[in-house]
Amino acid sequence: MPEPIVARDLGYRYDRDWVFRHLDFRLPAACLTAILGPNGCGKSTLLAALSGIRTPVEGTVSRRETGLALVPQSLEPTLPFTGLDMVLLGRARSISLFSAPTATDYAAARDALARLEAAHLADRAFDVMSGGERQLVLIARALVSSSAVLLLDEPTAALDWHRQAHVLNLLRQLADDGLAVAFTTHAPQHALDFADQVLLMAEPERQLSGPPEDVLGEEALSKLYRIPVKRLRLPDSECSTAIPVLRGYCPLSRAVREDARPS
Amino acid sequence: MTSGMRGRTGACVLLVALLLSTLVSLSLGRFSIPLKTVAAILLEPLFDIPAFWSNTEAQVVWAVRFPRVALAAFVGAGLALAGASLQSLFRNPLADPQILGVSSGAALGGVVGILLAGTGWPTICGSFAGGIASLALVFWLAGGTGAGRGSAVMLVLAGLVVGAVGAAGIALVKYAADPDNQLPAIVFWLLGSLAAADKKSLYVTAPPILFSAALILGLRFHLSALAVGEEDARNLGVPVRTVRLLALGAAGLATAAAVAVSGVVGWVGLVVPHLVRLSFGANHRWFFLNTLLGGAGYLILVDTAARTLVAAEIPLGALTALLGAPIFAVLLRRLRGKTDA
Repeated sequence: MPEPIVARDLGYRYDRDWVFRHLDFRLPAACLTAILGPNGCGKSTLLAALSGIRTPVEGTVSRRETGLALVPQSLEPTLPFTGLDMVLLGRARSISLFSAPTATDYAAARDALARLEAAHLADRAFDVMSGGERQLVLIARALVSSSAVLLLDEPTAALDWHRQAHVLNLLRQLADDGLAVAFTTHAPQHALDFADQVLLMAEPERQLSGPPEDVLGEEALSKLYRIPVKRLRLPDSECSTAIPVLRGYCPLSRAVREDARPS
Repeated sequence: MTSGMRGRTGACVLLVALLLSTLVSLSLGRFSIPLKTVAAILLEPLFDIPAFWSNTEAQVVWAVRFPRVALAAFVGAGLALAGASLQSLFRNPLADPQILGVSSGAALGGVVGILLAGTGWPTICGSFAGGIASLALVFWLAGGTGAGRGSAVMLVLAGLVVGAVGAAGIALVKYAADPDNQLPAIVFWLLGSLAAADKKSLYVTAPPILFSAALILGLRFHLSALAVGEEDARNLGVPVRTVRLLALGAAGLATAAAVAVSGVVGWVGLVVPHLVRLSFGANHRWFFLNTLLGGAGYLILVDTAARTLVAAEIPLGALTALLGAPIFAVLLRRLRGKTDA
């Protein structure tokens, strides 16, 4: 069976400098992929290119026609929609011109919100929701489209730990159900705990991909984020985690430390 | 309350309000008729009601007032729906038929009609031609309905250009017009009025507005999806170009039809959708229907005020602007309060 998305030798640039180049990426069905990289390395642009709303400057993306849903980081609608109104928009693909959502669509929308423990957001106004609540609604909107491919742009960025665990376990479950799921994140732990494969956008023309345990070594992560990163095996668990050493690398705190040092 | 229930409540409230404003409008005027009599006269063709009214009263209701009230309803519904769909298309709550330049294009066509052949049919045909031509010009300037990222901005800019051309053309026509006969007719028509309403103008206006309304109501869900964002809508699977083309055409046609019989009646397309959204939400199923009902009722009431408040008739366009601007100012302040919170 061909993979839902195959990108070959992909390149994108906004002006002269390449955001990324020579990028090869395959998104198989029943696979959860994490995409990691520092700010501005083109994670969102890559998702836009994979979904087809942006045309890559170089290379090709072939998509099997199975329906694809892209969850943006956030949205600022101009009209006062409720949470349920927003989720219903996810049904657009199956609602033909000159018709409107039916009772089935409404049921599916409520169901999707419930799957995210967000049923209480159905009748709240979207424009006054918090960032995390909006993310839940946007994920529900993608679920309701019954697409075979889900691309999520930092779906956990605004969520507390409970919600992060909920959303990541849901993504894992969707992949186990046969969907092709890819999400971007700034937390290597998400990739280590949940993903089948990881794409590390290390440099504009160099990417690493493979199983998270192999790709996300201490050296690779330290180089990627330009701070020391420790990999630790958790006690009483099969899992290992990645811990960033955050203190001491910002110019200001280094200066403070040097001042404090006895001369 | 869910947004669907809120929308349905709105439809019921606005329908009752529309019926009531129709009755009130038919009863008020220099020759006042009791509400009960008006209701009986209206229902007489359907039910077997013994006539307790005079022939004159029936004449006033059916021949004098009904065409005008119906015309006000069509023009109000058309302008409000055109405004609502443009607001969704441009993701801009301040969009309005005048933004596309269709209003001034139609107005230019109308005044050219008056200049060349006088009021009546020439005005109607002229404004239709002007409205459709300006819509085509806007499309051509903006580069068709290309799916480019800046196309909404391009359409607004093109509308600005066409609107400016229309305004300049109108100034030239006024300059060329005969100051004793034609100029007063042009100025009065431009102020906007339904005073000349008769069955003929109803036949001209109703079909295009009904057609546009059907199109816009049919596209209600997809217009909502477009309101969230063009790129987002495309990613959701909305046929963005088709929806935009159909909705723009419908909005332009409705505006041209309204201007053709009533002159430039501004602010309706801005005020009515806002009031509806504020009172009854932006539910996909109900919002556009509620806008239609609200627009019809609103213009009936304003037109009733225009012809009954003082002995002489107040120009309708002046009154909608007089009412619209303060209402809009209040809405703006409330909107600001909301974003501050």
